Amino acid sequence: MSPITLIKIALRALLRNRMRTFLSVLGIVIGVAAVIAMVAMGEGSRISIKEQMTSMGSNAIIIMPNRDRRGGVQMESTESLEEADVIAIRENATYINGVSPMMTVNGQAIVGNNNSPTSLSGVSADYLKIRNYEIEDGVIFDDTADRMAKVCVIGQTVVKNLFPEGDPIGKTIRYKNIPLKVIGTLKAKGSGDFGQDNDDVIFTPYQTVMRRFSATTNIRQIYANSIGEGYAAKATEEIMGILKERRNWTKPTDPFRVFTQEEMIQMVTSTSDLISLVLTIIAGISLFVGGIGIMNIMYVSVTERTKEIGLRMAIGARSRDIMFQFLFESVIISLLGGVIGIALGIAASEIVKTFFNMPMSVSITSVIVSFAVCFATGVFFGWYPARKASRLDPIEALRFE
Amino acid sequence: MGDETVHALRGVSFDIHKGEFVTIMGASGSGKSTMLNILGCMDRPTTGHYILDGEHTEKLKRDALARIRSQKIGFVFQSYNLLSRTTAIENVELPLLYNSKVSTAERHRRAIKALERVGLADRMNHLPNQLSGGQQQRVAIARALVNDPVIILADEATGNLDTRTSYEIMMIFQELNRQGKTIAFVTHEPDIATFSSRTITLRDGLVKKDIINENVQDAKAAYEALPPPEEFEE
Repeated sequence: MSPITLIKIALRALLRNRMRTFLSVLGIVIGVAAVIAMVAMGEGSRISIKEQMTSMGSNAIIIMPNRDRRGGVQMESTESLEEADVIAIRENATYINGVSPMMTVNGQAIVGNNNSPTSLSGVSADYLKIRNYEIEDGVIFDDTADRMAKVCVIGQTVVKNLFPEGDPIGKTIRYKNIPLKVIGTLKAKGSGDFGQDNDDVIFTPYQTVMRRFSATTNIRQIYANSIGEGYAAKATEEIMGILKERRNWTKPTDPFRVFTQEEMIQMVTSTSDLISLVLTIIAGISLFVGGIGIMNIMYVSVTERTKEIGLRMAIGARSRDIMFQFLFESVIISLLGGVIGIALGIAASEIVKTFFNMPMSVSITSVIVSFAVCFATGVFFGWYPARKASRLDPIEALRFE
Repeated sequence: MGDETVHALRGVSFDIHKGEFVTIMGASGSGKSTMLNILGCMDRPTTGHYILDGEHTEKLKRDALARIRSQKIGFVFQSYNLLSRTTAIENVELPLLYNSKVSTAERHRRAIKALERVGLADRMNHLPNQLSGGQQQRVAIARALVNDPVIILADEATGNLDTRTSYEIMMIFQELNRQGKTIAFVTHEPDIATFSSRTITLRDGLVKKDIINENVQDAKAAYEALPPPEEFEE
């Protein structure tokens, strides 16, 4: 029997029971649409996290003193970072292309009647590069020429808050009674992953903070930038080596803690991956249930049409003709459900994207895989009913009422 | 089925020759259903031989039996067994679907021809539920003819029909027989048997009688001799 004839026979049988066919198809449609939408959601959030993280500087490495526990009290380790460490890293490390201390002072920035509760960050020019800040206007301070200089570079939020009339370059901000001359403004970066405003920043040379604000020689954090994706671990190892060497460190534990942006990305994406995996599994289960629906309906169909099967066999149908007839029915149901489900899943993703402003990304892979899974579902769940049909004894089947 | 082996037929031996119209009679349990199933290659004898059109069938596998049914046998059942919601012509075409050598056009042509032979060419696009019982049985006969079988097997083919319609159906069978078709007709109605050229009577799995009917009744004459139809015929 030719496949076209089989398809015709299967279609006719399906059309004969429109409601039943519709409901079986619906089971698959819901499953597939759910899979497509869930995968799109997972993929979308993964891409969006990655984009945001990259904008923060995906190659950033942060070094800070270890926390010690003494008598149940957490305190900073006795090992502290100092300017010489920064210089040693800058001069010796090969897997990084930027390094900067990071010292923060909290307080109010004041200009005339305006003020802004912005923390003051003491950094070197490299820091702006590491964090992907770009200059909008003016210049960045120079680490060597501007040591301890009372200058600053400010973000757009600060510009808005302190200089509502605009044109802040050359003007002076008072921070803890110390006047800082604005020499540059930064391009807007927007808010970060955790809601912080990346434009609410005031940068000043780290020496200025260390000497004029904090009166310390210790550096709280060092930011470094690895030369590219995948080099974070090597760069970390190298930096740690330099720091240990300078201290003739022999203890088995590291003297400092290190965070890399890569680790952060992995941490965040692995969480979101897990969530999307769970959602996808749930969607997959609903597809499986749809498959069971097909199997159920095929069993009913085979039983109901026992007499027809007997007749077909009596007039010359071979077992395999009967088998394929029923298998085609289940495959048609599942593929139809697959096509509609894919369309619906894509539509749902677009709707969510447009109206709920959520990142959704329908992947071609998920569409192809869904379609293939549908075909497999049809064959898998149609197999046993079809086999049952094909193994009927024509005499018994004809006698069936 | 149970633990006990029941021999539905034992030591049965006869030949049906080409062009014969044989009725097989017998009470329930006489073995006529088993006989028909073996003749129709739906079942195989546990011992002994059944040779159809020169071909031994007792050792054949399922698919080979299906092929024989598809090419050499035409079935007519008591309850017509037409596919519902399927037009007369599609019902008639059905056996040819299982013969890949027959093209779509050929299938259609042969189905029309078969319907013409049973006088239903004008009803070919009717659904079974739009046809009377007699007409449905004629569609079933057309279906049995369409593959040009070596034998037509009828299983109580008039069992669901009133006398008038039964005689109409027997007219068709007689006409087909005159055109050379071999027919084996299982029935328990003695008057039906009078239309055939030979009657084999089974009893307890054995051939009790095998009589050549010297005085074959003409179904047409018998039909015309019936009292006029009542008002609510069919």
